[in-house]
Amino acid sequence: MVQQLTTGDRQNTLVILLFVFVVGVAMAAVGRFDPLGVHGVIVMLFGGSLAALVMRSYYEREPTQDRLSHYYDDPIKAGVALTLAWAIFGMFMGVWTAAQLAWPDLAFDAGWSTFGRLRPTHTTGVIFGFGGNALIATSFHVVQRTSRARLAGQVSPWFVLLGFNLFCILAVTGYFMGVTQSKEYAEAEWYADLWLVVVWVTYFVLFLRTLARRKEPHIYVANWYYMAFIVVVAILHIVNNLALPISLGQAKSYTIWAGVQDSMVQWWYGHNAVAFFLTAGFLAMLYYYLPVRAQRPIFSYRLSILSFWGITFFYMWAGSHHLHYTALPHWVQNLGMTFSVMLLVPSWASAGNALLTLNGAWHRVRDDATLRFIFVAAVFYGLSTFEGSFMAIRPVNALSHYTDWTVGHVHAGALGWVAFITFGSLYTLVPSLWKRERMYSPALVEVHFWLAVAGTLIYVFSMWNSGILQGLMWRTYTQEGTLAYSFLDSLVAMYPYYIARAFGGLLFLLGAIVAAYNIWMTVRAVPVAAGGQADVPDSGLAPNTVATPAE
Amino acid sequence: MAELFHRKLERTAIGFVIAIIAAASVGGIVEIAPLFTINETVEEAPDLRLYTPLELAGRNIYIREGCYACHSQMIRTLRDEVERYGPYSLAVESKYDRPMLWGSKRTGPDLARVGGKYSDFWHVAHLTNPRDVVPESNMPAYRWLARTGLETEDLGRHLQAQRALGVPYTNAMITNAAADAFGQAAPDSPFAAGVTERYGEKTQVSAFDGVATQLTEMDALVAYLQVLGQLTDAAYSNTAAPEQAPDPTN
Repeated sequence: MVQQLTTGDRQNTLVILLFVFVVGVAMAAVGRFDPLGVHGVIVMLFGGSLAALVMRSYYEREPTQDRLSHYYDDPIKAGVALTLAWAIFGMFMGVWTAAQLAWPDLAFDAGWSTFGRLRPTHTTGVIFGFGGNALIATSFHVVQRTSRARLAGQVSPWFVLLGFNLFCILAVTGYFMGVTQSKEYAEAEWYADLWLVVVWVTYFVLFLRTLARRKEPHIYVANWYYMAFIVVVAILHIVNNLALPISLGQAKSYTIWAGVQDSMVQWWYGHNAVAFFLTAGFLAMLYYYLPVRAQRPIFSYRLSILSFWGITFFYMWAGSHHLHYTALPHWVQNLGMTFSVMLLVPSWASAGNALLTLNGAWHRVRDDATLRFIFVAAVFYGLSTFEGSFMAIRPVNALSHYTDWTVGHVHAGALGWVAFITFGSLYTLVPSLWKRERMYSPALVEVHFWLAVAGTLIYVFSMWNSGILQGLMWRTYTQEGTLAYSFLDSLVAMYPYYIARAFGGLLFLLGAIVAAYNIWMTVRAVPVAAGGQADVPDSGLAPNTVATPAE
Repeated sequence: MAELFHRKLERTAIGFVIAIIAAASVGGIVEIAPLFTINETVEEAPDLRLYTPLELAGRNIYIREGCYACHSQMIRTLRDEVERYGPYSLAVESKYDRPMLWGSKRTGPDLARVGGKYSDFWHVAHLTNPRDVVPESNMPAYRWLARTGLETEDLGRHLQAQRALGVPYTNAMITNAAADAFGQAAPDSPFAAGVTERYGEKTQVSAFDGVATQLTEMDALVAYLQVLGQLTDAAYSNTAAPEQAPDPTN
């Protein structure tokens, strides 16, 4: 990583790392009687070990000036490695927590390993660790290739990538210690949240400055989505996490939002974390890696515009469908339902656009497991957005809310859409990034594909079954007009499905391990591709010709 | 025409970002801002009392352990929910809850009105090992809570932060936070009287985990569970009939 940095860059890096180290020392000192102190030590170690790494190579040869006429791929490579590491960690935690629901003694009678503390390590591990690193890595790749410009910074891409991972580490280690705000998908405490703001603003500036260097007059569709992802996540993160710490030496804080207003803010955040983290960013991947892999241009430019603005506008209204029949005022619930249903239009426009792009390349879908990953992702995107709109309708929600159906729906999206598009993108990205002829083993890509499909289907079907069963048992009345089942009856009925779900998740985890092995071996053992078209910003031919919109 | 406009927009990154912010802001502003200005959003409940320091500490343990991942605290306006759990939840009942703990999943039952339903002894046994009292349960055991002393030294700071955000804790409540926490779990101690004096006659003073001499996290969590749904009577009066669950047969 240091070879690409000049002496000046190396000095800047050391200054930043020293600052991180000092902040860590300060946190460890003032928080010595609190989990905050443990986090101080972690920050210290993080800054210190990276500084040692830079120091060790400090006197290595400087890069030549022509580095600036190449794409900056080192941070992307690190991002791919981190994506895979977090995938395995996050999915393992998922399998473990799933197993705990069937066999509660798997918590081993310790505090850190109970379901309540492990659950956010799973959600944060997969959403932010796996998903976030994939988004950062691919955004660096896509924005350079579609703009035919090198990233506008030498140190800042590393700062964004590693700073984001520090956030994830603080978040996850915090949950083990019981440090949590309890806001779903925003559990990290105030100091980690503040750090993420710094990282995110840097990301935003880096992305815009890179776009400003573009040699293409138009900004490509994928970059619209990356921009929406970066900007809106910043807004959501800041508003939802406004909080007052009880003291600067303690991790605990109280959110400024209370009760019903907090519920609305939290689900406005929560649902749009789905929209702008788990949808917009991954649609960006779809809009770049799908046409590249299928070697066909995106079917319709107009549909791209329609779906982009539809998603950006409609999604922000939909959060209140998480609060049907609650103490949230009725008018807000109805607005949420209405916009959730309308959301189907731009969602299916995207999914349709993707599938129609494949029209004429079906033989490739059949033969190429990587393209099949992307194809399945588009199908699941279509299915789970339909399911989402359906579940947002009040009477349907009356049945589905609080049950495993919601969990099944989330995983149809998270496994079937987010993880599939990510792995499809990674299998496309890795050989080109490391300039390898091909993946180490196409057969293992095939194995991964079927493990992932089987895992997703088993998972989703068991949760649909358990969720609907649960919802029906809760509302079933006897002839005499009394409730037919106790809550416990419904729990007992869940056990077979909980076991099946854990098994489905295990298959998916195994697939991710196969992917990590295959990618590792591709980098280590596959020979470097000979010749081929130069992948540099100034080559006369745009390497992304296929990724430009039709018309 | 519209397409031509968009072609132009695509040429400017800053313009595009501004357009994104504009499009994305509307929904949140329309749905969130009025919740602060429309008075009917949160009902009046003159009898609403505050969490005592011990209950607040228990609430923070509930948050720390992630109990909200499996237990909701929001009874919806549906007949089966009202018959199973009690009157549907009102906004005023979580008026001082930061954050709210309405939850999104019921792996276990709703807890919005669990206060007073079971004895302290039942809760302690259940938290120590749920399967001792409910053999089919899949809830984790929380044995160590009874062994872990409760941190009371910083409770005043907790109350102070809450007051800064608008919860009407008094100076006396803040100064006596630690003593009140101890007193609420030690009915025979001289500190017990102050708790009911400051937080109202309805405050439950009890040796929650059965041991009055030592204040543990178990005391705090049980005190919190026992106050759920008990902060105000508002939900038991003047609420409309719940909506009927849709009939699946038609």
